Parts: sequence; C-alpha cells; structure tokens
Amino acid sequence: MIKAVMIINTQGKPRLAKFYDFLTVEKQRELIRSVYGVLCSRAESASNFIDADSIFGPDSRIAYKHYATLYFVFVFDSCENELAMLDLIQVFVETLDKCFTDVCELDIVFNYNKLHTILDEIIFGGQVLETNSAEVMKAIEEISKLEAASNSLTLKTVSGWRNR
Amino acid sequence: MEQLKTIGRELAMGSQGGFGQSKEFLDLVKSIGESRSKAEEDRIVLNEIDTLKRRIAEPDIPKRKMKEYIIRLLYVEMLGHDASFGYIHAVKMTHDDSLVLKRTGYLAVTLFLNEDHDLIILIVNTIQKDLKSDNFLVVCTALNAVCKLINEETIPAVLPQIVDLLAHPKEAVRKKAVMALHRFYRKSPSSVSHLLSNFRKRLCDNDPGVMGATLCPLFDLVTTDVSSYKDLVISFVNILKQVAERRLPKAYDYHNMPAPFIQIKLLKILALLGNGDKQASEHMYTVVGDIFKKCDSASNIGNALLYECICCVSSIYPSPKLLEAAADVIARFLKSDNHNLKYMGIDALGRLISKPEIVEQHQLAVIDCLEDPDDTLKRKTFELLYKMTKSSNVEVIVDRMIDYMISINDSHYKTEIASRCVELAEQFAPSNQWFIQTMNKVFEHAGDLVNIKVAHNLMRLIAEGFGEDDESADSQLRSSAVESYLRIIGEPKLPSLFLQVVCWVLGEYGNADGKFSASYITGKLCDVAEAYSNDETVKAYAVTAIMKVYSFEIAAGRKLDILPECQSLIEELSTSHSTDLQQRAYELQALTELDGHPVECIMPLDASCEDIEVDRNLSFLDGYVKESLEKGAEPYIPENERSGIFDISNFRSQEQHEVSTHSLRFEAYELPKTSVPVGISPVPLTSSSELVPVPEPSYYREAQQMPSVSSSSDAGPSEIKLRLDGVQKKWGKPSYSSPATSTNSASQKPVNGVTQAEGMTTGNPRTREISYESNRTQVEISPEKQKLAASLFGGSSKTEKRASSSTGNKVAKASNLTTSKAAASAFTDTVVEKSHPVQPPPDLLDLGEPSVTGSTQAVDPFKQLEGLLDPSQGTSSGNAVGTSKAPDVISLYSDMYTTEQSGGLVQSPSSDGLDSKSTSASVNATLHSAQSNKGPNAKDSLEKDALVRLMGVTPSSPNPNLFKDLLG
Repeated sequence: MIKAVMIINTQGKPRLAKFYDFLTVEKQRELIRSVYGVLCSRAESASNFIDADSIFGPDSRIAYKHYATLYFVFVFDSCENELAMLDLIQVFVETLDKCFTDVCELDIVFNYNKLHTILDEIIFGGQVLETNSAEVMKAIEEISKLEAASNSLTLKTVSGWRNR
Repeated sequence: MEQLKTIGRELAMGSQGGFGQSKEFLDLVKSIGESRSKAEEDRIVLNEIDTLKRRIAEPDIPKRKMKEYIIRLLYVEMLGHDASFGYIHAVKMTHDDSLVLKRTGYLAVTLFLNEDHDLIILIVNTIQKDLKSDNFLVVCTALNAVCKLINEETIPAVLPQIVDLLAHPKEAVRKKAVMALHRFYRKSPSSVSHLLSNFRKRLCDNDPGVMGATLCPLFDLVTTDVSSYKDLVISFVNILKQVAERRLPKAYDYHNMPAPFIQIKLLKILALLGNGDKQASEHMYTVVGDIFKKCDSASNIGNALLYECICCVSSIYPSPKLLEAAADVIARFLKSDNHNLKYMGIDALGRLISKPEIVEQHQLAVIDCLEDPDDTLKRKTFELLYKMTKSSNVEVIVDRMIDYMISINDSHYKTEIASRCVELAEQFAPSNQWFIQTMNKVFEHAGDLVNIKVAHNLMRLIAEGFGEDDESADSQLRSSAVESYLRIIGEPKLPSLFLQVVCWVLGEYGNADGKFSASYITGKLCDVAEAYSNDETVKAYAVTAIMKVYSFEIAAGRKLDILPECQSLIEELSTSHSTDLQQRAYELQALTELDGHPVECIMPLDASCEDIEVDRNLSFLDGYVKESLEKGAEPYIPENERSGIFDISNFRSQEQHEVSTHSLRFEAYELPKTSVPVGISPVPLTSSSELVPVPEPSYYREAQQMPSVSSSSDAGPSEIKLRLDGVQKKWGKPSYSSPATSTNSASQKPVNGVTQAEGMTTGNPRTREISYESNRTQVEISPEKQKLAASLFGGSSKTEKRASSSTGNKVAKASNLTTSKAAASAFTDTVVEKSHPVQPPPDLLDLGEPSVTGSTQAVDPFKQLEGLLDPSQGTSSGNAVGTSKAPDVISLYSDMYTTEQSGGLVQSPSSDGLDSKSTSASVNATLHSAQSNKGPNAKDSLEKDALVRLMGVTPSSPNPNLFKDLLG
C-alpha cells in the first residue's frame, strides 16, 4: 500500500502532502522535514530508493524522483514494487505535464485542488487506480467540464464518460 | 538564470492575476516563497490565518470566494499550521449542490479530518446521499471521501450503498467501490467478512480495470489465508497469460508493456499461492517463463516486472529452468550502471540465498555495491551479507559492518546494525578472542544503542567461557578480556553500558591471574568512577568491583592496601544522595575491616556462575511456622485475602478497599501497634488510641495490611510514626508507614489491647485456612509466570530446570544461557528504574520492592518475613536488643548480589511485581540458608534486614556493630 505522496521543492517547502493514513499536522510536518533532510543529502547518481524505517516505521520505503526544482516522493510498504513506484511517479508527472503544458512549480502551487484531483485519479485510498496518463487526463477533463457547467447550471445526469 | 526566469514568470502572472486565483493568494504564495527563514515564513502564515479567520466569519460570502478561502486553509495546513477554525466551513461546503464546491469541500475534509473527528458525524449523512446520486462523478467523489473518513463504527452506515455500487454500470464507479470495500477490510476485517465473496465475483468483471482493482484486496486476503484461495490458482494463471499475451485493450498498455501493474500484482499473488506447493507451482511455470522471455529489459517497468518474476520464482516450488532465467536477470541487474537496478539485483540475490552457486557468481558485483557511495545500496548489500553469513565468513562481514556502523550517524540504523553484529558474533564466533574484540568494538561505538541484554550476555560469556570444559582456555579468555579492558578503559567518553561490563569483568577477574595488582585495578576503577561521576550505574558497578577486588585480596590473605583515591571515593559516595551508592560504599567500608574467612563467605571468588537454589515455598521454615502456630501465633494471611474476610458483607468498605489500592488514601493511617521487645517498658495503650480514633473493624484491617518494619521500639508511638514517615517517603509505598506487627504480636503481647485480641481470635480459624490455601495457589502460579517470562525473553522454562538441579553443579550450557539471559533481563528492570529521573533511586535492599502500582493480589514479602520476626524476640529475649541493632551483612549482600551478579543468581525473570517480590524474599532467605552454617539463622537475618531498611536510609556513620554476628 502507498502510505504517502509528497512534493517538496529543493528548498524543503512542501508543495503537496497527502497521507493515506491520518496523521496530525505536526507529525506530517515533521515527516516532511525528515524526508527532505534525507533527500537533499543524496547524490544525483544514487539510486532512487531509500529505506524509510527510521522515519515512517518498520516496512516502509521511499521512491523519489527529482525534476527541476521539485522532489516527487512516494512512501509505500513492501507490498509494492519499487521500480513500479518509480513508474507511477512518472505517470503522475506525465499527467501533470499534459494538464498544465510544461508543468512548473508555480502551476503546482496555484492549482492545489486540481493536483489533488489528478492524484485521486491515480491513487485511490493507498492503492494504484490508474496508470495510463491519457486515461487520467480524460477523467480530469470530464470533471473540469462538468464543474464549469455546474457553475452556471444545476447538476444533471452525465453519461458517456470514458469509453475504452 | 533559472531564478530570474521564475521571477519574471511570477511578475507576469501577478499582473494578470494568473490561474484564476485572487491577487491575495498569489501574494501569499510569493511572500512565502521569498521568505528567508522559517520564522519569517511562520509570521506570514500566522498573518494569513488571522486574515482568514476574520474573512471566513463574515456573513454572506460568495461561494467562489469561500472556495478560495478553503483552498488557502489547505495551503496553510500543508505548511504545518493549525487551521481547525475553518473545518466547519469545509464540512458545510460538502453539502453544496454545485459539483465544484462539493468536490472542494470533500477534498478539504479528507485532508483536514481524521476518521475519529467529531465533525465526521455531520458528513456521514451527506456521503450516504451522494453515494446514491445519479451523477457518477458525485458518487466517485463520495467514494473517495469514504476511504478516508469512515471508521469502524460508521462502516455499517454506508456499507449497503457501497455493495450496491459494485454493480454500478460505470466501471470507474465499480472500481472505486471495490477499493473502498478493500479499505474497509483493512480497517476492520470483521465488518466486511460476509462480503468477501464479492471480491471473487468482481475478479470476473468485464472491465479489466475493475478486475485489476480486485487484485489488491485479493492479495491481502491471500496473504492472511493462503489455503482458501488455492482454487483460484488456475484463474490467476489464466488472467496473467491473457494479459501477457496482450489480450487487453491497447489503453491498458504502459510503455509498450501490457498492463504491467496488473501483471505485477498477479505475480505477487501467485508467489504466495505457490509457496511450498508443488502442484500449484507447476501451473505457473509456463506463464512465468514466458514473461521472462517477453519482458523488455530496456524500460524501467519491464525491469520491475522481471524483478517481480524473480520474487515469484524464489517463492514458489523451485524449477531449475526458471531459476536459471532468474539468475540471468540478476546478473544483468548487477552489471547495470543504473543504481536502481543494482539495488533490485542485490535484493533479488537475497531472495535466492539458498542457491549459493548463484550468489557466488556475483561476489565481485556484491563487493562493488558494498563500496558504492550510495547509502541505500550499501544497506541493501549489508542486508544480503547478513543473510549469507556463515562461520567461515563471519569475521570479514562483521568487520565490514562495524566499520560501516562507525561511519554513520543515523542512530536508528546504527542500532540495527549493531544488534546484527552482536547476533552474528554470538552465533558464528570463530574464537573467544575475536568475539571479545568484536564486542568491545560494538560497545565502544554504539554502546548506548545496544540492548542491555547484550552486555549481560557478554558478562556471562566471560564468566562461563565458551562451553569447552577446558578451564585454562576459560581463564585465558578472561585474562585477555581483562587486558583488553584495561587498555580501553582510559579512553574518553565510553558508553555507560560498556563501562558496566568493564567494571564487572575487572571486579571479577581483574586480579584473578595475578598479572595485575589489586591496587592497579582499583586505581583504574576509581578513575572510572571519577570520570563518569554523573552515571550512578557505572559508579555502582565500579564500587562493587572494588569491593570484589579487595575481598579477593583479603581472602587470599594479602594485606590490604587501600589507595587514597579509593578512600576518598568511598567517603564521597557514603554521603551520596543515592542510597544505592551509599549502601555500596558502606558495605565496602565494612568489608575492608573484616578478615579472611567471613570475607570469603560474603564474596566467594568467581562465584557468579554458581547456582543458587531457590526454595520458593520457604519450606525450611515449615517447622518453625508450625511451632509458632502451636504456640498460638496468628497464621499468615496474604494481603489479597485480608479485606474480604472482614468486610465481606460490607459493600462500602470493599469499595473503599478498592480505592485504596488504586489511588490515594484519604483516611488517616492507623497508629502502629508497637511490638515491644521483652525488657522494654510497654507503651501504654491509651496514647495510641487517643491519637487516632478510627472505627475498630477498619482499624484491624489496616493493621493487617501493615507489614512489620520495626522491632526496636523503645520510643513512644508518636516518635515511631515520625520516623516511619520518612521511610514512607523514601520508598514511596504507603504500606510502610505503619510498623504494626500485626499477627503475632497481638496474641503474644496482651499489652496491645483487649479489643484487638478479640478481633484476632474471631478471625483466627477462618483466616488460617485461607492463608494456607492462598499459599498453595501462589506456588502454583509462579512457575507459569516464569515460563511466560522466560518465553518472552527467549528462553523456555529453563528456570525450573535450574531450580530442580542440585546445588552447586553447573547446569548444562544451554539452560545456563537462557537462564542468565532471563536474569539479565530481570536486571534490566532494576536498571531502568534506577535511571528514571523522577523516582528516587531504589535502594538495593528494595530490589523486590513492588512498583507503586502493585496490585491487590501482590503479596508483600515483608508480610512473609513478619512471621519470622516476632518469635525470635519471644524466644531469644536476651540478645534481642543486640541483634536488632546489628544488621546482617549477608542478608544485605544477598540482596545486592541479586542486582549485581546477573550471571549467576537465579532471579525470577518476572515482569510483574508479584513474582519478583516473592522471589526476592525467597532468594534472601535461601541464600542465607545456604550459608547458614556460618552466619546466624534465617529469621535473625530477616529481622535485621528489616531493621536495615530503617537504618539504611540516612546512616551518618559506619555502624560499629556491623558484622558483629559474623565475628562473634
């Protein structure tokens, strides 16, 4: 199971933090800080995995990727495959990129709720839901369209979403 | 340059209010981004919180505005500040009809609230309604919230709807419903246990996505119970085959791989199902082999799949062909330049450890990984090495591990690797010398992180040797240990635990082979005590070690030459605020004034391995007890029996009794009934009844609970009370406050009052029976507890074996090992207690003292001693005063011995007060009886022991009467 997803910038500021088990605000903050502490001490050539037993308790690992000014961090347990998690980060970033065209840190800061919407389409309750970024995009567009519509009109039944 | 670009972009956005957010939010983000320090950031955020608090409380906020406030709240909370004032607004927003607002509301509550939050109750209803919505996006949003917000109690409220959604026409909804159900299963398996068949059903869903989602819960289910899912092996293999053969729609491809995440999950499940099951495994061979062949090893996800195949192959019943394929892949991983692949390769190698030929092939690659600067890779490699350690390679591996351990700072991993070193060293040590050196290194560099048991194990090993019957090898081991410790001892800042070991070994064996003089050893020990003057445990170890060295000198008939620094240390410690250190200092002082024979009895040479038989029934006292009973003494009643007897019909006082055991007592303590030794004028009864007028029945009960502490009472009752107040404070246990010698004194001494004697006689016949019964039950319980404790600490009922073995003999090595382990762990308790800053350091005599939480069932050891005390006064009236003033050193020491010599003494490895209490009492007694041919008899010493408890508190000068017994 995936325990948490974080985006931290290279200065250690959290840009997104989602924990799939509830933690207090203080605890979250502490975890983010310790994860950042580990991340910034790692060499560029080093592997993308970290044993996170000392931060998240037994049986937890971290897979991370470093894009420009951001670290994308997934925390998960031994039920997940490390390399596959790296690909999941890739899916997430690809989707963001498609969504914002050339995503940068600022997009992420200002579209906080959209970010969550995307993440919720990829990971659901700590399990991988969808790994095709095109599919995720379709879902997101659908939601945006409906949201835009619901701003002017009341909700109506919607059909025809995602035909494979 | 990069920065300039960003600033430019920011400015551009600022001007147009970009991203549809307000200028305010933009400014906030910008100012936080530019803040130079944490304090500045905090100030900005707190400012923002103030603004939001104000704004959000305004009436009639437009919904769009409200949405932005909520998002700003989320942002504030992500930065680690409390935004709870806005939670209720987020909850309100979930009720909104507009999809945007509803989604924002749900997003906010899932991030803000936990499943036990008070506001959840306001959301459950909304969720129920939304789950029934005919807009599937609303349903999806609600399902998302369900995963996070529904707890065990609210599951039934939404469960029917979720089950209905499993048949929803939209596959996206079905998928999420399956996952929500999975989430429920994780939270509370019992709540959905009747619905598990739904997962099997959904496995056959038309939509591959739903099928894929079902694999997650099935993986969990198979993990917990493999056997009931064996029937699905064929289905899983078929699905995997179809997926691998690209039968799924193109949309499921990822980087040209057909649905790799589904394949990975399937392989994980197959690995579980095929584990140790030849028949099931044979079904899998073909498909797994195919995947090995088809996988594209150029892409990341392809390698992920290959790795999963290796895991599966290593788990299922071995197939030579597949193992070969796996070995090839591992070789490719290890040869790769990519660190991620190397990492996976090392991990995979660890899974195939049972095939040494594969591992050996990659020796060089493993060594490379070990020297890699990447910490993750290094750790993974150490894990692999740990798994493949044998007696042939232990030296290399442990040396490497220690080097690495020294180089890192992460205390968590340091602890882990230290314990692994110790484990490997204990298991595979090729020689004693090496073992001791290794342990020294581990202790030196991670001493405060290793378990205290490790230290006790080391002491035991040095004391007992490695099990060869060769005495000379053992003594060689010891002298090499002594030498190495004398070398190390001067180094600065050694960990406390290591110093304890050093002191103990130097005390036991420092001058055993005559290589080093006593004054040299004691000088070193004094240095330690001085250098680590803040560490009381180390000081205590050092003082006792000095005592041992001196006593061996005395016993050997050599003249004692006490160093001046040693003398000053004793003086310093005898005024220490720690009673433990004080005690030790006085004992040492007293011991130096003795001569050969008694010293040898007190401190036998190298006796830490001697077995001491513990007579838990105190059967040697039977005759004595019988005699006393015949003389009309009151039988012993265990504490838990007492209140019930007298207040069985009285609900209120029973309640009172309960209260008294758990919390403070509000009733006044009873005046002590003084047991006056013959020859001292009795205290008039009137004075005592005047002081505390309490109803008679409760008076009696109280008196029964009070153990006897004092037998010398030449002062008036009020004075006694004063003195005992001090005692109570010191030991922190109310029952010490009153020195009433309850049972015997009453019947023997009519002085104490008629009413009381009456009370006794009425209670007498009943109590006697009960006391015997409870005595028996207690005996029955204790071995059981021992077993439990022993099994907790890694041993199996070895204590019993030991107790039954005849005296003095060394028991078989194995049993010794576990016993002393257990003893060591029992010792841990005392040490922990000692190091606790709030509690006063327990006196050594207090070893058996129950913790303050002692239950009603607990039997006070002093209650047991009590019976012994009084008759001695009755019979030996002549020297009553004399003996009572001379505390017995042996009984003193026996107590201390238990805390000190973890190697030898059988201390009940119990974890609760009851056991340790009764044992310490019996250890006291037995140790004594073993030596009773020289010392005084048991009851005398116990009596004196009790007195010492009084006197040991603040002795201002060495007692001249100490050891009088022994000498005379």
